[in-house]
Amino acid sequence: MTELKVTAEPGSHEVSTEREIDAPRDLVFRAYKEPELLAQWLGPRRYAMEIDTYEFRDGGRWRYVHSDDQGNSFAFHGVFHGDPSPDGMVQTFEFEGYPGHVSLDTAVLEDRGDKTLIRTVTVFQSIEDRDGMVQSGMADGMREAYERLEELTAKLIANS
Amino acid sequence: MDSATVEISEEQLDAVFGALADRTRRAILARLAEGEASVNELRAPFAVSQPAISQHLKVLERAGLISRTRKGTARLSHLEAEPLREAAAWLGGYRKYWEESYQRLDELLGAIRKNERSGASDQERSTS
Repeated sequence: MTELKVTAEPGSHEVSTEREIDAPRDLVFRAYKEPELLAQWLGPRRYAMEIDTYEFRDGGRWRYVHSDDQGNSFAFHGVFHGDPSPDGMVQTFEFEGYPGHVSLDTAVLEDRGDKTLIRTVTVFQSIEDRDGMVQSGMADGMREAYERLEELTAKLIANS
Repeated sequence: MDSATVEISEEQLDAVFGALADRTRRAILARLAEGEASVNELRAPFAVSQPAISQHLKVLERAGLISRTRKGTARLSHLEAEPLREAAAWLGGYRKYWEESYQRLDELLGAIRKNERSGASDQERSTS
């Protein structure tokens, strides 16, 4: 399985990711374009995914809700900017549990023959938003803290 | 997003990450993962004064990462695992969200391609 690469440079507002998918670009694009398909892959399995609105076009709105079996739900919404295509799907993204903190997401599907490289860039309004909302833990010092945390927790779990 | 489900307050996270941002404090935690230790034992590997170590221990205690007890004249520090576990779970949220999503995407598209291939060969058979 190919690995997800996540990059968050210290002091930047961005987080970028790369992941190769074992399918041709047209098909990967369909999985973004068609809400019935999107609902089948976006988000962790343990969440039920409900898509309220999905207007996949310039100026179109989208909104979806993830819910778990404990009655917690997390809703997100945004707007597409520019006509979405495999060369670029640009949208705003807002978690309704953290209103007013909007990120700008771009996804590009790179043709790799029988495979497709998905590149995403998310730009946050501030570094605090990035670190607070995305919680990637990859800002300066935190990257190392994260590695240490993994080591420590592994050690703790092994000892407990 | 995913990590919003983890029950840990912003203040607690700030304290935990503030505490972990320092190399000496991380080394102290690593040492305490092996068992409780006195200030002098903790100080030994570092070229720092006892008050400096005590200061680090205070920061770790405030973050809930260690607790301290008195044993005779010595003060022993113990690692508290829970905030670390919670912080690790919280940190992993973004990566996990996308790792799992892309894994599901791979599976979904794999299934679609398989269907299309068998659908296409069915069609070939029926038209011939």
